[in-house]
Amino acid sequence: MSFHEHHLDNGLPVIAELSDEVHSSAVGFFVRTGSRDETPEIAGVSHFLEHMVFKGTAKYSADDVNRIFDEIGAKYNASTSEEVTLFYAAVLPEYLPRAFELLASLMQPTLRADDFDMEKQVILEEILMYEDMPSFTAYEKVMSAHFADHPLGNSILGTQESISELTVEQMRSYHASRYQTANITLAVAGRAAWDEVLRLAERHCSDWPQGIPDRRTDEAQPEGQIAIFPRENSLQQHVMQLAVAPPATNDLRYAADLLSVIVGDDSGSRLYWEVVDPGYAEAAEIGYNEYDGSGTWMSYLSCEPEDTLTNLGRMQSVFERVNQDGVSEEEIEQARNKALSRIVLRSERPMGRLASLGSNWVYRNEYRSVTDDLEAYRAITPDDITSLLKQYPLGQTTTVAVGPLEALV
Amino acid sequence: MADQHVHTHQLDNGLTLLVEPMRAVQSASFSLSVPAGVVYEDDQRNGTSAILCDLMTRGAGNLNTRMLSDKLDHLGLQRGESVGWNHMSFSGATLAENLIPALDIYADIVQRPRLPEDEFEPVVAGVRQSLRATEDEPRQKVIIELRKRCYDSPWGRPTDGSLSDLPNVSYEHVRQLFDRSLRPNGAILGIAGNVDVETVQDAVERAFSSWEAGPAVPIVRGERGPARDHITSDSNQTHIGLAYDSVPYRDDDYYTAWAAVSILSGGSSSRLFTEVRERRGLCYSVYATLNSLLEEGRVLAYAGTTPERAQETLDVTVQEIRKLNEGIDESELDRVKAGAKSALIMQQESTGSRASSLVRDWFHLRRTVPLDEVHRRIDSLTVGDLLRFVSEHPPLDFTLLTIGPVALEVPDVVS
Repeated sequence: MSFHEHHLDNGLPVIAELSDEVHSSAVGFFVRTGSRDETPEIAGVSHFLEHMVFKGTAKYSADDVNRIFDEIGAKYNASTSEEVTLFYAAVLPEYLPRAFELLASLMQPTLRADDFDMEKQVILEEILMYEDMPSFTAYEKVMSAHFADHPLGNSILGTQESISELTVEQMRSYHASRYQTANITLAVAGRAAWDEVLRLAERHCSDWPQGIPDRRTDEAQPEGQIAIFPRENSLQQHVMQLAVAPPATNDLRYAADLLSVIVGDDSGSRLYWEVVDPGYAEAAEIGYNEYDGSGTWMSYLSCEPEDTLTNLGRMQSVFERVNQDGVSEEEIEQARNKALSRIVLRSERPMGRLASLGSNWVYRNEYRSVTDDLEAYRAITPDDITSLLKQYPLGQTTTVAVGPLEALV
Repeated sequence: MADQHVHTHQLDNGLTLLVEPMRAVQSASFSLSVPAGVVYEDDQRNGTSAILCDLMTRGAGNLNTRMLSDKLDHLGLQRGESVGWNHMSFSGATLAENLIPALDIYADIVQRPRLPEDEFEPVVAGVRQSLRATEDEPRQKVIIELRKRCYDSPWGRPTDGSLSDLPNVSYEHVRQLFDRSLRPNGAILGIAGNVDVETVQDAVERAFSSWEAGPAVPIVRGERGPARDHITSDSNQTHIGLAYDSVPYRDDDYYTAWAAVSILSGGSSSRLFTEVRERRGLCYSVYATLNSLLEEGRVLAYAGTTPERAQETLDVTVQEIRKLNEGIDESELDRVKAGAKSALIMQQESTGSRASSLVRDWFHLRRTVPLDEVHRRIDSLTVGDLLRFVSEHPPLDFTLLTIGPVALEVPDVVS
């Protein structure tokens, strides 16, 4: 396993963690842009652009792109979050140059108007599809309610209205302002040679436009609210709640992750024993989400509507006990073992390493090996958890309910 | 393809052990399948397996539910239990050195579960709620309901249970299913990862050899649901489920059938994605997949779209399926082969997928299939093979189920 790092003359960071022990290579472009970088009139453009990227360039049509990736048997896709748009492909090592060339060229897509109009229909369908999924609706609504005027509350998909009205010119100008070298990280993981990675990067990325796009990263100061979205024909009640947690650059993030395993993992956690094991709810969980400058505790409850308030009370008392008394050394040990084996298992596939490699660079500009991560989890003590809780107590600041209930009283 | 050796061992009581050592990884995974799937449930008591599966992990041997869970967590085991049609499966992945202690606990779970009666009601409540959550997600529900209409009972039964049957299931029924189904003959344990074959085999012999064999349970074939159906819902999209006959995994033509479905719905250059989504923008999600039971197989297809575009979506989807017999380009088959090759090689990076593949091979074929052999068989397919298969198995008898505000017209081409 070896780590390598370089910046092209135009400022594009190139990082790689290479190994001969695996069978495949994964390459990804992590673009530091997402819904938080959008204004209301272009809501959803980052995600729509992620789709449009695959419509090709002057050299490659949309059909060419789909065909070539399939010809080399690439496992490829893309994703858009509040803050990162990721394009990736996993291939057999002999196809890395072909996959690289294609994926790299797509970072400067043509964005043709007729492709834009056709793909708009697909995006509108995608929005409707997610609206048929109550837990996803709850996520969108709780992010918006919690972050309110802060850009992290922006919807990733946008709305029927914003997407319908979006023009291809607006998308082109958004692309030009965000897909600049200082805003993109090129990462490679798995079986490859570093000099070849560099050669490919020089050849296919060195004419990319330079620039350092800005982003507002002040920590959100949520005031909290309760919002109800009734769906009379749903059977289950879905509730999501958010509270403030450490941001991505805070060293408390490992303790935060471990605490979320202790309190809110889907099995063997405090919420599991208090709420799920006795059959009170289908799901009662808490997770930790880190963002650029902000962070959240995100809890989720799915239960029969009439039990909602009682279950929220049960969750609240679990949180209060943890906030007050912390957790035991034994709980830490158990959660740590879970976390360590997750890290090791994920790292056995180049795609798993790529995700970790890229996000460490994008968020913290640092390289962390699997061993570094294992060490960080091993070092956590009950005192670390106590100081975390003092600063970022578990809570239910913002609440959103989606389901049959008309009110939460 | 890299070196691959699978060690096969049958215990005297009939349990089959399959071990694939993988040197380049630190982890090990197992998949333990026991013949207690939904096909062994009593009629009108769908959900018995799901309840049993949950109850079995609530204490076993010397461990109560809490101790058992804590012990598995201490071993860092990422675990999952699932109910299928023939089997109930317990699977786990962790650091290789923790595999054997984890297996010892699973030996208790399958042989000596406490099945605490006082936890029966909470388990039923959990099962009921997850069924209610599925009711709220038409995209999942349409495939579950489609299976009821394209497979005879009991093979069309939902694996998670049915809300209407749950009140018919008592603790005693669950206990009875355990007594007649949990047996080593017909059970398969697949292990893949950084393990030593002899050590693992000794440990498995020690933990599982006293498990007593039992008689096989007969399955009675019943009826299936209507071939054309609609479930009215106020969903945003109309969810379309479509099925037609194909062949099972054990059939000589399985890989031919699989390649034909991949031409329709493999990578993003495949026909359904291209014609339904890329050219017409009708859907976000459209796919077809080959589903195999032991003795029969179906192609299951899905598309979700707005009600006003649903008819066109159905028409185009059916048309593409029917058009397969009009010709297949050599380059389309080449792409399917390329996708298969990389998927097979990448499988060697995942102990979990290898462990479950071993079990699947053994269940369907009574042997394991080396990745090399799968690769050879797919690589030797010709366009002629696919066209012959499609003409011998023409997609004629479609089962169609829609969930949404309005029903669709059955297109002329659907006979």
